Amino acid sequence: MTTDAGRREFLRRMAQSAGVATTGGLLWAYLLGQQQQVSAHALRPPGALPEADFAATCIKCGQCVQACPFGTLRLAASGDDVPIGTPWFSPRDVPCYMCEDVPCIAACPTGALDRGLPAIEEARMGVAAIDQESCLSWQGLRCEICYRECPVRNDAITVENHPRRTSGHAVFVPLVHASHCTGCGICEKACPTELAAIRVVPPDLVKGRIGDHYRLSDGSGPGSPGATPVRGEDQGKRVPGLDYLNEDTP
Amino acid sequence: MNTRRWPGGHRYLLARRLVQVTVLLTFYGTAHWAWGIAGRPLLAGNLSSSMILGTVPLADPFAVLQILLSGHWLRWEVLAGAALVLGLYAIVGGRSFCAWVCPVNLVADGAERVRERLGLRSGLHLPRQIRYVVLTLSLLLSALLGIAAFEWVSPIGILHRELIYGIGFGAAALAGLFIFDALVLRHGWCGHLCPLGAFWAQVGRVARVRVAFDESTCTQCGDCLKVCPEPQVLNLKAAAQAGMVRSGECTHCARCISVCPEQSLAFSWRAHIEQTASAADHNERSPAS
Repeated sequence: MTTDAGRREFLRRMAQSAGVATTGGLLWAYLLGQQQQVSAHALRPPGALPEADFAATCIKCGQCVQACPFGTLRLAASGDDVPIGTPWFSPRDVPCYMCEDVPCIAACPTGALDRGLPAIEEARMGVAAIDQESCLSWQGLRCEICYRECPVRNDAITVENHPRRTSGHAVFVPLVHASHCTGCGICEKACPTELAAIRVVPPDLVKGRIGDHYRLSDGSGPGSPGATPVRGEDQGKRVPGLDYLNEDTP
Repeated sequence: MNTRRWPGGHRYLLARRLVQVTVLLTFYGTAHWAWGIAGRPLLAGNLSSSMILGTVPLADPFAVLQILLSGHWLRWEVLAGAALVLGLYAIVGGRSFCAWVCPVNLVADGAERVRERLGLRSGLHLPRQIRYVVLTLSLLLSALLGIAAFEWVSPIGILHRELIYGIGFGAAALAGLFIFDALVLRHGWCGHLCPLGAFWAQVGRVARVRVAFDESTCTQCGDCLKVCPEPQVLNLKAAAQAGMVRSGECTHCARCISVCPEQSLAFSWRAHIEQTASAADHNERSPAS
């Protein structure tokens, strides 16, 4: 009898503990799911692994933040729309100035920022997207500040001329080429409109994809991986007047 | 209990506060005032992972364990750092981290102080073993969900990061912890729930540095039990047999050492304690010598 009662008590306790552990575990798992949301306004440092791997591998030590000479990066505090303790930046505040030696990657002890990144120009922190309705160039003004500020100018941003209906003059508009845009956000920082008309966002938010059946038979063509940017007729030529500020840069 | 000599009686308390503040200040100074030697940052990073003078890596082995369980391999740097820290605490005692380094200790001790002043009693009772359930859950959830489960919710991480990198809403989490410890459950977080403490308690089982216990001078006044944040480790019968506190749950806070009027407790090397014990054993068995 007594051993039976003891056994029953033991089993009851075990079931209770298992219940507490399961409830706690489920609550915890729910909390973790909530935590993993990343705001589209937050960009990751260069060389960051794909978000799920990055979030898992980052140990939240902030060594990248300390290594950044421009104060670009910050660690997400509780209350930010970014997983707590992970590094991010908002380019309108401070963009990534694309250091040649990429000190943030060198400082990362875990590999969440991948040292396999061959050069900073290969970083894909995001892609610049232009709101034509507020872009000064699209209104017919000669702005092109984003183009001139772009560290990979002529590859990531080009300026195309569009004929204007009402006059003999043309409109010069910036065009972003995602295959070369690093997402550094210097363009977003430099944009003179009250709210930036050019903004860096995670590529999957704005990038479409042409179906495979629309590609040329050799796999090339617009939208195919590795395609060279399609540019206007002036490709490779300096446009007098347009590029006067960069006359002596190669 | 109030007859402790000042500052001699508070020697270990002062030492602990000094170490806690120095660690925080070194991290803060490196981050904000560019402390360093010959251009090398003195102590970059935080308690999760850091780098001394750009050469010696350090890392939290519990965080590293969770990340590894989440199915992600890590660079050698952080693995070496974790091994180094693990080795260090295997010598000085795992939970020395809790009493000497962890910033939450300041909050928990503050809560205990308030509890003492107001003469509050616990309204809630929880078994201390619950921390091992939380520890198991941390590891299990890391493996199941693919992210370091405790690192994502750790109040230690929140406090430490926000002390070094700026204040966010983390203050709210800490206020919660403070209230829980002060009003709901005595030693609630550190003594019952914290999985990092539970992890270090396991490491503490092999600790080289121990609190030695001299039964012959002990008057069994029980002062040590009153000040100990983990009183279950002060099983004086077992301690008398081993000549030391055996449990890995001892945080090496040294409150018992400071309070003991007979100086029956003191830090010592385990090897030394065992040697003395076996020598005494030997003497007892061969009275001829």
